[in-house]
Amino acid sequence: MKDGASAIEIRDLYKSFGTNEVLRGIDFHVDPGEVVCVIGPSGSGKSTLLRCVNLLELPSAGTVRVAGAEITDPEVDLDAVRRRIGMVFQSFNLFPHLTALGNVTIAQRKVLKRARDEAERIGRANLERVGLADKIDAYPGKLSGGQQQRVAIARALAMGPEVMLFDEPTSALDPELVGDVLGVMRGLAEEGMTMLVVTHEMSFAREVADRVVFMDGGVVVEEGPAARVVSDPRHERTRSFLSRVLDPAAAPAHGPAGDVPG
Amino acid sequence: MTAEPVKAAAPAGMSRRRRRQFALGGQYGLLGAVVLAVALLANWSQLQENFANFGKARDLFPEILTIGLRNTAAYTGLGFGIGLVLGLVIALMRLSSVLPYRWFATAYIEMFRGLPLLLIFIFVGVGVPLAFPGTNIPGGAAGQAGLALGLAAAAYMAETIRAGIEAVPKGQLEAARSLGMPHGRAMVSIIIPQAFRIIIPPLTNELVLLCKDSSLVLFLGISLEQRDLTKFGRDLAGQLGNTTPIVVAGLCYLIITIPLSLLARWLEARQRRGQR
Repeated sequence: MKDGASAIEIRDLYKSFGTNEVLRGIDFHVDPGEVVCVIGPSGSGKSTLLRCVNLLELPSAGTVRVAGAEITDPEVDLDAVRRRIGMVFQSFNLFPHLTALGNVTIAQRKVLKRARDEAERIGRANLERVGLADKIDAYPGKLSGGQQQRVAIARALAMGPEVMLFDEPTSALDPELVGDVLGVMRGLAEEGMTMLVVTHEMSFAREVADRVVFMDGGVVVEEGPAARVVSDPRHERTRSFLSRVLDPAAAPAHGPAGDVPG
Repeated sequence: MTAEPVKAAAPAGMSRRRRRQFALGGQYGLLGAVVLAVALLANWSQLQENFANFGKARDLFPEILTIGLRNTAAYTGLGFGIGLVLGLVIALMRLSSVLPYRWFATAYIEMFRGLPLLLIFIFVGVGVPLAFPGTNIPGGAAGQAGLALGLAAAAYMAETIRAGIEAVPKGQLEAARSLGMPHGRAMVSIIIPQAFRIIIPPLTNELVLLCKDSSLVLFLGISLEQRDLTKFGRDLAGQLGNTTPIVVAGLCYLIITIPLSLLARWLEARQRRGQR
């Protein structure tokens, strides 16, 4: 984020699993304070792209710069860069042997070497921020999916990240719990957090994102202002995807909508 | 319409209920006959004199507890501690990305699981002093017994610990690494605590096995003060010309092993219900 540079800058990114090419040359950037949503059909490589940004997956080729550091450089202190990137997973991945407060303090204490008092103060503040001040001593097993995901967001925020990555944060939730999590994310966006969000929530993308990136087949098909891409897509593939997502019941009875080439 | 098919289904002769009564009656009858035969044929006074001689049993106390039980517990605890630490190291080597570490761990596990425990005791007690004259395993008999038990237990525990570590979902390590934890820190703070929670029941069973196997200390050549329950019972049975000390020693083992088995079963049940 030095000199007004991008918060995230992805250049010519390729990733293969064996012979399966999942990412085939991705280029885009996220500016500081910007909220970018990545949408696309399953298998389009969105989650792999996100996991390349904090190097949970090692790209086959290309560079990723996050918060001023080139994370794909083999010489870089990976753990130091990851401290500045918050990651929220589809399956929450809370630590089940620790309470909510334990989850939000352990990395502060073991990685940032904060004193217990300070870590707990920051942890409590972040649990409050996601609306879970009353669940501080609860173990993850006693929390609903929506509460667990909010603890996971607080856990990432407690590290003071410059960038937050969200990997389909509401896909594993019961429909009535989605709103709480999206509400927390909307609040973060309004506070100016830089966010890269892989999601299927089109209303969230349209209302909260500054830009939307549509991916299919391992490439970026279309990107632009959220309202434009979601409401008035230029590409046929985007249009067909959006119509399937926005109105699943409209699919023809005999099978999936025919893919119009182009 | 309803009655006819039912009648037709019942075969000539006994009804289902009648047949069941017959079978049960036969089994209880046989049991009764065997008990009666034993009761009539056994020489009860001689049996009691030999196996449950209360006068002689009383003479065993308190030494059978202060020497026998205490030493058995000490040898078991030492063996478990050595086995746990060594087993954790070997499990981590087994999971290492360094190939020679994996080779070593696999070789260790296969070797010590394949050898009779008695052979390991003899090796530690006789082989080591012969091979390295002047070396002294610290702790004397306790050290030797603990080492022999620990060497063997480490092989079993390493496999248990490895299975426990692999049972922790992959997302746990990813979450920890995403928070900036180096791999070693993530293992210590996140993965290993969860793995141990998973393997507490099998580790408790291992403790029961070690408790029984500590009786092999008999072959180490130990002093009177170092006798465990088995050796103590055997010596006194010889001195008194009576079997009662062996029976009492056996009961002392059960004082340790039955609560441990119950604990293991309770922990397993609690885990199946989902922790906390």
